[in-house]
Amino acid sequence: MTNRYGKKFLVLIPAFNEEERISEVISECRKYLSNETDLLIINDGSSDGTLAVCQREGINVINTPFNQGVGNALQTGFRYAIENNYDFLINIDADGQHDPNDLPKFIDKLNEGKVDIVIGSRFLENSKYDGSKIRIIGIKFFSKLVSLLIREKITDVTSGYRGMNRAALNFTIVDTFNFDYPDADFLLTLHRAGFRFCEIPVTMRKRYGGKSQHRGLKPLYYIFKMLLSIFIILLRKKHR
Amino acid sequence: MGIVIVLGIIELVRRRKLNEEYSFLWLIIGVLLLMITFFPQLIYFISGFIGTELPINTLFFTGIIFLMLLGLFFSLKISILSNRVKKLSQKIAILEFELKKNKEAEKQN
Repeated sequence: MTNRYGKKFLVLIPAFNEEERISEVISECRKYLSNETDLLIINDGSSDGTLAVCQREGINVINTPFNQGVGNALQTGFRYAIENNYDFLINIDADGQHDPNDLPKFIDKLNEGKVDIVIGSRFLENSKYDGSKIRIIGIKFFSKLVSLLIREKITDVTSGYRGMNRAALNFTIVDTFNFDYPDADFLLTLHRAGFRFCEIPVTMRKRYGGKSQHRGLKPLYYIFKMLLSIFIILLRKKHR
Repeated sequence: MGIVIVLGIIELVRRRKLNEEYSFLWLIIGVLLLMITFFPQLIYFISGFIGTELPINTLFFTGIIFLMLLGLFFSLKISILSNRVKKLSQKIAILEFELKKNKEAEKQN
């Protein structure tokens, strides 16, 4: 479906075991989108009732054959968007942390065509975020590191609330584009390929229900993996 | 030991349980062991060359190096296969979704 700008927008929600929250996220998205965009869920091998909830809601769901992580779920959606000629894609989390009220801001900003990627930041003026202190320190550390490397101010590199145009989507579906957690390394790769960014203020709420991907020893793995990934990206040649 | 490895590998390839591509590495190990069995002076020569006092240490050292390289080779293969599985799973998921949509559209018509 095309929207008021005559463009095809897709809102993508990757979901893994989110039966408690997904229904609310879907209805909130519908409320704020007013039929301007298509909505697609990527059910990443959930073992709970996520699929049943989505079917009850009558929403389009792509089921991956098994759980492969958020990076792969997103890439499935990016591939679908390219194959179905979408002009823009906005991804939003299924756990209710991202406020769908901000979706129209993404649509307007992407449609201006001045940037390729729009990042929803929880640390800009007029943003709202109610997260743990340790998490905030981690996000700020990686944001400062990326800002230093790209010589451009980015305040929230770990934000999963992002919009991309077709050119950026096309770049992210090649076989060698691998990101377990598409955060700092993902943005750094895109920046080195010449894509333009901007941030917009968004509201991020506390997670309620389901299980966070950052639990147990995973944050330690995340830090190590992200630093290694950033180092390797810097060793690679810049190319699109 | 060398004979058992070489014969075992050949039998696995014959039964199509092991691809020729991977049998090659194991055959090299088997042949090297055979050579050391029939020409033990070879291990003394290598020991002198790399400066180890005991030939057994040379065996352990070369064995560990070879296993490390083998591990790296398999990691490389696993990475390639993971990328292929990832792409296949994405394509299957999208195709399944489109097939379902087409079937529903056909029913409605």
